[in-house]
Amino acid sequence: MALTREQMAQRVAKELKDGYYVNLGIGIPTLVANYIPEGMSVMFQSENGLLGMGQFPTEDEVDADMINAGKQTVTAIPGASIFSSSDSFDMIRGGHVDLTVLGAFEVDVNGNIASWMIPGKLVKGMGGAMDLVAGADNIIVTMTHASKHGESKLLPQCSLPLTGAGCIKKVLTDLAYLEIADGKFHLKERAPGVSVEEIIEKTAGELVVPDVVPEMTFSA
Amino acid sequence: MSGFDKVVSSYEEAMAGLTDDMTIIAGGFGLCGIPEGCIKQIKSMGVKGLTIVSNNCGVDGFGLGILLEDRQIKKMIASYVGENALFEKQLLSGELEVELTPQGTLAEKMRSGGAGIPAFYTATGYGTPVGDGKESRVFNGKHYILEESVVGDFAIVKGWKADRFGNVIYRKTAQNFNPLAATAGKITVVEVEEIVEPGELDPAQIHTPGIYVDRLIQGTFEKRIEQRTVRAK
Repeated sequence: MALTREQMAQRVAKELKDGYYVNLGIGIPTLVANYIPEGMSVMFQSENGLLGMGQFPTEDEVDADMINAGKQTVTAIPGASIFSSSDSFDMIRGGHVDLTVLGAFEVDVNGNIASWMIPGKLVKGMGGAMDLVAGADNIIVTMTHASKHGESKLLPQCSLPLTGAGCIKKVLTDLAYLEIADGKFHLKERAPGVSVEEIIEKTAGELVVPDVVPEMTFSA
Repeated sequence: MSGFDKVVSSYEEAMAGLTDDMTIIAGGFGLCGIPEGCIKQIKSMGVKGLTIVSNNCGVDGFGLGILLEDRQIKKMIASYVGENALFEKQLLSGELEVELTPQGTLAEKMRSGGAGIPAFYTATGYGTPVGDGKESRVFNGKHYILEESVVGDFAIVKGWKADRFGNVIYRKTAQNFNPLAATAGKITVVEVEEIVEPGELDPAQIHTPGIYVDRLIQGTFEKRIEQRTVRAK
């Protein structure tokens, strides 16, 4: 079975470490906040200028001056800090954020990522995505392995305009966890019940498959 | 000390000198921390051909979105737009030009513009459409592109409190681009919720020192929320 969105978030959460500063993109990445392992402290960075983002406010706590990068009302945890957009992107561009999780349309064997623009469709903008991929060292891309029509999103070369060049090393799809090195995808783990053959079939870029590909495990 | 008193009594006075084809740098992120009163004043002045540098362009009927109604904006430099139908329509019809700029690059363009630095190298955008046609260089094995800074004829800024000398404090995440915009205007106009006497604010807590501020006005703010998200108690 392909992973659900919640299972993808759970798998990404296994990459968290105590004391990590983490930036989560919109969509599946946001769900990672629900699966912080017990006893672990993680601080979320929101690129509009908040380090230590908390949960959504109660009705009484709603404050128009307190929002996240998705423009949603939020709270700050004890120990949070608030700063300007340039301080925020100093953290991102300066490589101070420990883990960045974001979605994509396509990735390729050279670590290129396309996530912001589909020619012919209205382009709303890249927001902070280009800064995040260019500045961070530890990035996990979360995406479905193939489109609804079965076309692979793990390619020999991205077909869409790039968000960043040569910056992605880890990809979690609904079928597998892969790493990118030496111009190839390397299959590391597969979703429970998903065959290696299916992953091979749905990976258009060159794929290195080891003799044994462990299945991911999830606690109920 | 009156030479340092930046307070003006009307928005007409605050935006005096703004004419067609000028560049305006605006603080705010989404609808959070936007200079609502200055934007309304720009609309009522009817100036056209404006270039606006701001992370976003408001929504239909509020924030910078109201400047689209009479086609006052010629060019928008922003990281994320299209929350408003009118923006999309004018973009597709070619009436409005948009220069999409990565958010961190946009912040740095303002900060460096205010700091007298004409351009800077950044890795952001290398190998993407943003880097097309821009000078690039390798430092320590990594590729960087050269981005030019921005300076505005006007900067419009929303603060929380300020003293009469223009020392400004922002409130929570309404800070965002505001302190950067404040440095990058030839004329910087700040509107705040409360003006106090010099000495009432702790000098060490000032976000924007008064040297950057030319005109200061106390306003009233709607503070519209774009995505109201709440949890149960």
